[in-house]
Amino acid sequence: MAGSAFRESFRPWVWAAFAVATAAAIVLCVSLGSVRVPFVDATREVWLALTGRPAGDAKVWSIVVSVRFPRVLVAGLMGAALSVCGCAMQGLLKNPLADGTTLGVSSGAGLGAIVAIVFGVQVPGLPLAGTTIMAAAFAFLSLLVILTLAYRLDRSLSSNTIILLGVIYSMFVASISSILVTFAGDKARTILFWTMGSLASTNYGNAALLAVALLAFGGVLLTKRRELNAFAVGEDNALHIGVDVKRTKLVVLICVSALTGICVSVGGTIGFVGLVTPHMVRFLVGPNHLRLMPAVIFGGAIFLMLCDLAARTLLSPRELPIGVVTSLIGAILFVNIFTAARRKGK
Amino acid sequence: MTMLEARDVTVRYGDLTLVDGVSFTVAEGEWVMVCGPNGAGKSTLVNAIAQGAPYTGDVLFEGEPLRRMKPPQVARRIGVLAQSNAALYAFTVAEVVRLGRYAHREGFFARGGGGRGGRDDGCDGGSGRNPAGRDDELVREAIERTGLAPFAQQSVLTLSGGELQRAFLAQVFAQDPRMLILDEPTNHLDLVYQKRTFELVREWLRRPGKAVLSVTHDLSLARAYGSRVLLMDRARIVSAGAPSEALSPANLEAVYGMDVHAWMRDLLEKW
Repeated sequence: MAGSAFRESFRPWVWAAFAVATAAAIVLCVSLGSVRVPFVDATREVWLALTGRPAGDAKVWSIVVSVRFPRVLVAGLMGAALSVCGCAMQGLLKNPLADGTTLGVSSGAGLGAIVAIVFGVQVPGLPLAGTTIMAAAFAFLSLLVILTLAYRLDRSLSSNTIILLGVIYSMFVASISSILVTFAGDKARTILFWTMGSLASTNYGNAALLAVALLAFGGVLLTKRRELNAFAVGEDNALHIGVDVKRTKLVVLICVSALTGICVSVGGTIGFVGLVTPHMVRFLVGPNHLRLMPAVIFGGAIFLMLCDLAARTLLSPRELPIGVVTSLIGAILFVNIFTAARRKGK
Repeated sequence: MTMLEARDVTVRYGDLTLVDGVSFTVAEGEWVMVCGPNGAGKSTLVNAIAQGAPYTGDVLFEGEPLRRMKPPQVARRIGVLAQSNAALYAFTVAEVVRLGRYAHREGFFARGGGGRGGRDDGCDGGSGRNPAGRDDELVREAIERTGLAPFAQQSVLTLSGGELQRAFLAQVFAQDPRMLILDEPTNHLDLVYQKRTFELVREWLRRPGKAVLSVTHDLSLARAYGSRVLLMDRARIVSAGAPSEALSPANLEAVYGMDVHAWMRDLLEKW
């Protein structure tokens, strides 16, 4: 057995392949749409924008740089964030059905957004920010409530307690949301659209917020890759090999919740990405989080960018809610991967 | 030399007392067997020592309370082979074994390791440094020692129960602790695996500065491999000493309410 048999991280060429695939997806997504822009022109305008130079072609610029690029960025960052959250939760809880929404924080964020829509909460000078801020605030409140409850019920924060509390909290919050929707009148449509997830009105500000959140919370999650390996093998085993089990759980849950909350506050509830991407990527690179976590970041970004592209273009000029597309494509892919994995004994 | 000392260890769960004021020691080179009927508190006791359950009283490792140590410090001293481990994700055998090196990591992202330098536990040649090469070496050695080399790159999902248990035995060997705790690790294994596991542990115990504490239902195995036996019943230790002493007909009759020796002889006569 050679020393390299124990290599746990990627070789440089794999990183390069990830980067190239992501870049290709970005180019594809900014070029295609209701108006088709040649790849070369789209790439040139994005490059000019990134290097801070003036527009080459004003018309192309207005489509690619002003409208599409921020949206593609948001889709990519959000896909990466939701997927890394799902990956961390599936490892932490040793449960293939877990994702960032398991703890119930995203339902809380959803309630915040509905409250904002129904009661017309607005931030002066910042259109649409009311919904985002309320969603983020409710996500944070939900995290506090859930963790306090979890600690009261079970000091060891066992996986079952976490899953059970998350499910119950989500149901509770969903019932309140339903009550609000019942009395929302003509705002019900706005709420419906929001709960299905939408990246239609996202901007560079959203992208910056997501980038910072991904760097901060995703960065912390990446430092917990070895611990997540241990949890994915088994929580008792993690304890026995010397993992600070409680502390790891707390750190991962907080980071996942914060990141999921911010995603929901920007783009609504986009389901299935966090659940499915880790499975797809695990099928390709294996379950070792040292490889899986970074790969999932790229995989999630590409997956959601392509789903958003499908949402924009399939029924153009009408736009499908992105949450619907991710669930549709995700479910089909999921079944395929699952049967393939079973056959290969993965 | 005393390695582990339990003083008045008590474990309560609500109103139930599962372990009631138990005291004992484990010395270097010893294999101490904890025996007793179901519900006697054997597993709860070793679970408390392995930090899985809250307890009152003290457990000292070479005079230092385990309770004050951080998880990696405990893991460098005590390794645990649990009753069973179910796999869900397709980690390779080598990846599972390598996890045993977790507590020995050093570097920027290795936390809670009790600081740098050799002051900690002397488990690592005194320097406390651990180049990745040594990890590889120990992982490879553990895999070879347990006969898992042909499976090293195979997914744990494809292993049989016995092979999977051996992968976790290799993990705990790679962990390189001073003391091994076995919680009925061969319960669901066939005879060949049982024998192999016990032989491998005995071989490991021959290294200097090691000790084993194990829970077993199998009184014959306890007699054959144990250097000392703690017989537990209803949350207390009722007798302790050399296997033949602690497992004397009178002691066993008192605990199990039957003539165990006669039954064992009876079983053997059928062969």
